[in-house]
Amino acid sequence: MKVTKSDRILLAHGGGGQLSDELIRELILPKFTNETLAELGDAAELELGSGSLCFTTDSYVVRPLFFNGGDIGKLAVCGTINDLAVAGAKPVALAMSLIIEEGFEIELLEKILASAGKAARENNVEIVAGDTKTVEAGSADKIFINTAGIGVKLADVELGFDKIKVGDRVIINGTIGDHGMTIISQREGIEFESQLKSDCASVLELTCHLLENTDGVKFMRDPTRGGLAATLNEISRGSGVSIEIREAQIPINPTVQVAADMLGFDVVTIANEGKFVAVVSPESAEQSVNICRKYPLGKEAAIIGEMVEVRDIPLVELITKIGGRRIVQMPYGRELPRIC
Amino acid sequence: MLDRIYKAQKVIDSACKTLGRQINIMEVCGTHTVSIFRNGIRSILPDKVKLLSGPGCPVCVTDQSYIDTVLQLADRDDVLIATYGDMVRVPGRSGSLETKQPGGSVKVVLSSDDALQLAKDNGDKTIVFVAVGFETTAPATAVVVKQAAEENIENFCILSEHKLVVPAMRALLSEKNHNIDGFLCPGHVTVIIGYRRYLEIVEQFARPCVVAGFEPAQIIEGLAEVCRQVAAGKAELKSIYSAVVTEEGNRTAQEVIDECFEPVDGYWRGLGKIEKSTLRLRDKYNRFDALKRFEITERPDEDTTDCRCGEVLCGLIEPPECSLFSGSCRPQTPVGPCMVSSEGACAAWFKYGRVRGSKQ
Repeated sequence: MKVTKSDRILLAHGGGGQLSDELIRELILPKFTNETLAELGDAAELELGSGSLCFTTDSYVVRPLFFNGGDIGKLAVCGTINDLAVAGAKPVALAMSLIIEEGFEIELLEKILASAGKAARENNVEIVAGDTKTVEAGSADKIFINTAGIGVKLADVELGFDKIKVGDRVIINGTIGDHGMTIISQREGIEFESQLKSDCASVLELTCHLLENTDGVKFMRDPTRGGLAATLNEISRGSGVSIEIREAQIPINPTVQVAADMLGFDVVTIANEGKFVAVVSPESAEQSVNICRKYPLGKEAAIIGEMVEVRDIPLVELITKIGGRRIVQMPYGRELPRIC
Repeated sequence: MLDRIYKAQKVIDSACKTLGRQINIMEVCGTHTVSIFRNGIRSILPDKVKLLSGPGCPVCVTDQSYIDTVLQLADRDDVLIATYGDMVRVPGRSGSLETKQPGGSVKVVLSSDDALQLAKDNGDKTIVFVAVGFETTAPATAVVVKQAAEENIENFCILSEHKLVVPAMRALLSEKNHNIDGFLCPGHVTVIIGYRRYLEIVEQFARPCVVAGFEPAQIIEGLAEVCRQVAAGKAELKSIYSAVVTEEGNRTAQEVIDECFEPVDGYWRGLGKIEKSTLRLRDKYNRFDALKRFEITERPDEDTTDCRCGEVLCGLIEPPECSLFSGSCRPQTPVGPCMVSSEGACAAWFKYGRVRGSKQ
């Protein structure tokens, strides 16, 4: 790779001149090879076919940039695909904007872009538009990525809070807390980091098969920041129906549990990046789980609870392993380790 | 595990039947409080057993003036605050450490070692370690103070607010009309201090003290043992956490605490002044004492006005009976410790009131 004599990002790489052009043509385009992007037009032209459109955007600022199981590039593609997937859509195209700090190693940028390109190809979606800006050293932390995605809703799929009823079941496609605990452990340099692996992945294949093979799915959401606790609270508030989940049914990797216990975290509040929660009709619950289990990302899929009558205000309650009950609160927003 | 729990529940049921009145048991350890909350233990106990979350969360009982002092230090350009995550959201009178984060003057550390390392890595700043916690974290603070002294790391100091468990238990039992029937004593702290330290509570106040670990089965077995003793009219000292807790405790840890610290009268949020309940650095370590280095005059909250956390903690009143509850005292602007901790009685009551099954 010979973008410039420098092996680091210079401010001029974002200046719209020769260096920008070289960066885009020599570094970015080869990683995302596709005709639409290669035209380098002001806007990408897309053939969308019929059906409702879904449109989403998300920004990625994860630290460390590279973690066991993924990196910011893969995350930026999979995260946005997942947002479309849980809305019942199939992604058509992504746009990616990079904000890079002056001095960032070009070798690392190349790795991140290669990883993003690979994730996009694996999901049959093209990155058709993009932007690159550079900021002075100290104005950003290495690299921030924003990804927007456009998708077409699968035929006959109707999802929404309003479809959710008492008796519906809540399912998840696998273990919780893997991404968040991997990131926290790696950031803090805690020794069990090597045994933890982020679940960073696209759930698109799984959601598409689920929606195509059952008609009982009412709602889906990916439990990213705030973990299962935040997602279930959103579902409960949005639908006006309470949720009861069973701790014993929630899949958790034992190392994640140990790491969370050690730092005083509640696993249900820890982030996931390759998971989705679905609310499904009671009749389709077993079938939904069985469909998920046919795929690597759904091997540990489980029914973890159900929608129940509201007694006072819509709440999420957890039935613990010992048969106790507790309220699962909406997390505050940033979990802090407990030492004392 | 479930077998042990059922067995313990039977003991509790039988004790309740024998006694015919409510049994109030206080836990004085934040880790117990969290485990009781996370495992929904209250909800599987009979109505006649009431668990009182005592002053076990050391940051929740930290006096507001201490936090204000830390905030003042965080404003200085030459200071970097190193703190455990526990302390970040606890509000003083003028905000919390969380509000200082944007300036980068507050770093969350996982150990006192990390704080000392920060001093080594940031020679142009003075690192002030927010030294909080009970006897569990105090030895680790003492060790780094000694190390800083040996290695002459002059840009390191601590603001000590380490608390002692037994003086707090004693203070609560000295309140007239308290309603505490017995204590579930903290596993971690007892590893350090040894269970014999509770003998004075058992002997002087005739209250059972049972040391338990943090697994739900251990906690329920500990509660069952307290209930059994109360029903039998006994007050004994017992440890069911025998795998790690000894009568004498960890001598090495006790010695290092004693070498660096001395107990002084301390202020507890919502509880006021408690005799010999707080650890301060001994004179020989003056140069590592942030109070002395920055010539800080303490201004403790001698009057915590109308806050009735003490009575909530003792099981004398329910949170809404306090005149501050849901008015000036709310989760975002807590006055007393029971509102500071999200597991605290007042915070839970504020959010959910009396919710079925959960018995907050």
